[in-house]
Amino acid sequence: MNAAQKQPTELIRIEQLNKQYKMGGEIVHALSDISLTINHGDLLAIIGPSGSGKSTLMNVIGCLDGPTTGSYWLDGEEVSRLRESRLAEIRNRKIGFIFQNFNLLNKLTALENVELPLIYRGVPAKQRKEDALAALAKVGLDSRSGHRPNELSGGQQQRVAIARALAGNPPILLADEPTGALDTKTGVEVMRLIKELNAQGHTIILITHDLSIAEQAGRVVRIQDGRISEEGGGRREHRASV
Amino acid sequence: MNIGQAFRMAVKSILGNKMRALLTMLGIIIGVTAVIALVSIGQGATKSVTDSVASLGTNSLTVNINGRGSTTTIDYKEAAEFSELEGVEVSAPANRQNATVKFKTTSASVSVVGVTPDYTTAQDYEVSSGRFISQIDLDFLQRIAVIGSGTAEDLFGTDSPIGQRLLINGIGYKIVGVLASKGSSLSGSNDDIVMIPVTNSERLFKSKGVSTVYIKVEDGADMDAVTTELENALYKKFRANEDAYSVFNQADVLETFSSISDTLSIALGGIAGISLLVGGIGIMNIMLVSVTERTREIGIRKAIGAKKKDIMIQFLIESIALSGLGGLLGVGFGVGIALLVSKTTSLGVELSYPIMGLAFGFSVFIGIVFGMFPANKASNLKPIDALRFE
Ligand SMILES: Nc1ncnc2c1ncn2[C@@H]1O[C@H](COP(=O)(O)OP(=O)(O)OP(=O)(O)O)[C@@H](O)[C@H]1O
Ligand SMILES: [Mg+2]
Repeated sequence: MNAAQKQPTELIRIEQLNKQYKMGGEIVHALSDISLTINHGDLLAIIGPSGSGKSTLMNVIGCLDGPTTGSYWLDGEEVSRLRESRLAEIRNRKIGFIFQNFNLLNKLTALENVELPLIYRGVPAKQRKEDALAALAKVGLDSRSGHRPNELSGGQQQRVAIARALAGNPPILLADEPTGALDTKTGVEVMRLIKELNAQGHTIILITHDLSIAEQAGRVVRIQDGRISEEGGGRREHRASV
Repeated sequence: MNIGQAFRMAVKSILGNKMRALLTMLGIIIGVTAVIALVSIGQGATKSVTDSVASLGTNSLTVNINGRGSTTTIDYKEAAEFSELEGVEVSAPANRQNATVKFKTTSASVSVVGVTPDYTTAQDYEVSSGRFISQIDLDFLQRIAVIGSGTAEDLFGTDSPIGQRLLINGIGYKIVGVLASKGSSLSGSNDDIVMIPVTNSERLFKSKGVSTVYIKVEDGADMDAVTTELENALYKKFRANEDAYSVFNQADVLETFSSISDTLSIALGGIAGISLLVGGIGIMNIMLVSVTERTREIGIRKAIGAKKKDIMIQFLIESIALSGLGGLLGVGFGVGIALLVSKTTSLGVELSYPIMGLAFGFSVFIGIVFGMFPANKASNLKPIDALRFE
């Protein structure tokens, strides 16, 4: 564990990445010249004002959207030019998404929602159920596995979504304003859960408006008009002080 | 993701909106119901026709004499000699007339047929009581009669007719036998009949000779060869006048009917095809609406790792499940209607498993064809666009 902390291994490397949207005749530079490296075990917060490009960056990191130019290595693989089916596989195995508005399927129970990524991975039914229940237990909701999302509170729904992200045990968790739709108290609970997961070794990238939340992260990246600047000094020293 | 999983998902989604699913399937249900009901009734009708033709025996031939000049008939002895031809089992000349028969005060209008002893074999009649007409009756012009079961019932009710005297056109005949019931054929009832020796009938109706000869061909003999032989014999007899006679083959009649029923089937198939097509368009319509409604769901599924193929299969299976279930319900309703028709009317109904299989198979096929476009549309959604969709 100590050795790993001293020599962190690289998980994500982004170089000179640009993302542009065409709006009518106008070109919107959502991301400009982004270069960023994220290591295994990092807890990284991305903060910035509305419209600064946080979600766009998150979508690129999550392989939901491709960059216009630049390169993006994920776990040693250049993903910006990969085929759609391979991207789906990467999303399935390497990334767990936690959305601001939970994005659970309302027709399915909590357990079925958590099982979904495992279904697409082709895990056999019995194993799938065990893994999904284990993930629900991790977020303290194993007693609610048969409930549908609309029978759960907002905080519980977000915990189900976190369980779904965890179920396939992906190295990276991407959270886009995970506490945005929650009250302060539940937000704190969810943040505690996220920090716990980070302590267990998950790499977590967290988007937030909230400075107090960003402060809890090991690294903070500020984004403004599509450009990033890192705060909080050298991450190695920072991590050491945590 | 495997097919079983996709199927469970589809069933869940269909059950989640039963009313809409039912309305979506309605086109297919009506189409399949119509086909199954119509085909069952149509085949029932065809079967009753072909059965009555086949009851005459598929190995029988009928010779009709139309005549040439003054000879419009053939001598019964000459006709009986056809049995000596290769492959012919029996040759039964018959002289059929309509007449009124009377027992005491009851009278009935029947066919009176002058026959030879071979007639029962040639026409597959059986004697249920008494005896049939024999050669001696012919030779001695005995005034005896064998009556059909229908005539027996009309004139005698439940009493035994054997030994009673019957008046045919005012002349008395003694009843010596009663025939077993044979049902109806194309030429009317086979049971409202009275048979007398052909020699008597010539005298009674003052008509010399017979105009019809029923031929029964030996089992396994070549019908075409026998037909040719008969035609040759007749050709000689009528001095090369081919219009004077005709040889009529039951197999030909059956063929004609089966070609009629084939045409009918094709027409029904066309109607079925069109209604299923309309049903398919209905399914496509609803599936497209469903894809739009569920864009967000598709986005979520894609974000957590669903491939294009997975989404495609999910929607395709859903449309197949809809059309297949519609087809199944249609088969059920169709069979129900057919059974109801056969219960409440005199129409015969013939349920055909291949047609049911075909109708079901075709509705599944419709589901595949018309599900393809919506499924493809769903699978091609970009995950990011789908997630952003409100
Ligand atoms: N699909 C799109 N088409 C055109 N422009 C877009 C699209 N998506 C984002 N943008 C633009 O890119 C910029 C960055 O958007 P983004 O959603 O990343 O902001 P954000 O930092 O996540 O904001 P918020 O905090 O409000 O969520 C904005 O100017 C936005 O208008
Ligand atoms: Mg955003």
